[in-house]
Amino acid sequence: MKSITRQKKMEEIQQGLKGLDRVFVIGCGTCTTMTKTGGIDQVEEMKGRLQQMGKSVTGGMVIPTACDDVTEASLKENEPYIRIADCILSMSCALGIHRMSLYLGKPVIPAVDTLFIGVEESPGYFREACAQCGQCLLGDTAGICPITACHKGLVNGPCGGTNNGKCEVDKEKDCAWTLIYNRLKAQGRLELMRQYQPPRNHHIALKPRAIRIQ
Amino acid sequence: MASRFKEALESGKFVITSEVAPPKGTNLDKLMHHIDLLKDKVDAINVTDHQSSVMRFPSLGGCLAIKEKGGEAIMQMTCRDRNRLALEADLLFAYSRGIGNVLCLTGDAVPVGDHKEAKGVFDLDSLQLLKTVRQLASGQDLGGNKLEGAVDFCAGAIVTPEANPIEPQLIKFEKKVEAGAEFFQTQAIYDLENFTKFMKYARSFKTRILAGIVLLSSARMAKFMTENVPGIFVPQSLIDELSGVPKERMLAKGIEIAGRTIAALKKNNVCDGVHIMAIGKEEVVPEILAAAGL
Repeated sequence: MKSITRQKKMEEIQQGLKGLDRVFVIGCGTCTTMTKTGGIDQVEEMKGRLQQMGKSVTGGMVIPTACDDVTEASLKENEPYIRIADCILSMSCALGIHRMSLYLGKPVIPAVDTLFIGVEESPGYFREACAQCGQCLLGDTAGICPITACHKGLVNGPCGGTNNGKCEVDKEKDCAWTLIYNRLKAQGRLELMRQYQPPRNHHIALKPRAIRIQ
Repeated sequence: MASRFKEALESGKFVITSEVAPPKGTNLDKLMHHIDLLKDKVDAINVTDHQSSVMRFPSLGGCLAIKEKGGEAIMQMTCRDRNRLALEADLLFAYSRGIGNVLCLTGDAVPVGDHKEAKGVFDLDSLQLLKTVRQLASGQDLGGNKLEGAVDFCAGAIVTPEANPIEPQLIKFEKKVEAGAEFFQTQAIYDLENFTKFMKYARSFKTRILAGIVLLSSARMAKFMTENVPGIFVPQSLIDELSGVPKERMLAKGIEIAGRTIAALKKNNVCDGVHIMAIGKEEVVPEILAAAGL
């Protein structure tokens, strides 16, 4: 499971850094390292590009896992260089930005967009498999989530846009309901597809969602 | 009270429906012209709901215009743009203003349309929308609250007889029948042999099937549809037939093909009626009907 990110365009990063001339760059040793959007190499490259842009780079580092509580200690270690910066430029996902924003009071500007939580299906190929809806249907759909894998999130079977097993929004994308049908058929459990699925409850857990483990 | 369209479905006659598309804007002249042209020639007129996810004047507005002119409207309703509250409210409003028929659709995906960054809602799907219509008819909303005044729609759905693979489509068809779909308007059909096979299966269910007839206005359009539109298959023989006539006669040929398809369906008692979609050429629907001998 990885938080999948994509680097923003340099123009957008430049816009985000408007009026912030001294920058400290932080990457993440976990997800963005894996996706090559915020590992050591990308942080070094970004530092160079910021200097070309006329920014003063006060330092940079890669936190092992930017979303956990070690982040506080990592920031403390580099506190003098962060203190003299106008902001932190984050090359971790949004979860890391959330964590970095808790300490030292510096603005944190994202250099990457967080796209989805993905599973690595084959080496280097990440796919969204779960939308974290809070009402798991996978037992009825042969392990393929229609909320996630169907563009419209349909739970009662395919729409009229399905075409030769592909989706109307993109001929490269599989129709989730063709996949579900094929797998249920192979399992001899097609009756599951015949059952009526009622409208979803979109407030299973009220946003903002949180839980305390006892 | 049963709608006029429902009475037509139950009369056992060969039912004819057609459709009009509302304009992008407030100039209703063309829409009104099409309604005038069709209202006395067909049993009911569908009004599309932001067809292909392209923002337009609403289906409900078009249905009210048909009603004002004394015609019979079928309100197309997709789940793409409204959550369950808005869908229920529009159903109440439509019914209160004398719209008695609704076609329940999931709706095309947002990115195929002209507001590509909009949120696709899909709070309900076509099947759940059918159930919602039934729930509102029972005097309750989806929250289980009592209504002051219920609805009584003739509710229908769509099916794609040429879908590949067909089995998942048929499972959904059966679920729609169970949910109370009183009629189906199919995606365009051209291959009569395949459609007859579908009808042999569909006849065992208690519902009415109106075959979708989409006018082929040129060989290019026919080729485009068969290559790009999900669930549409135009046999090569029809494309060749269109290619075989000069460009200026292609539309007339398309009208002839549509007319003879309808006539064959009626003569052989294949299905319960047809739904004619002329897609931008609504003015020729009367010619299609004439070509069909209707």
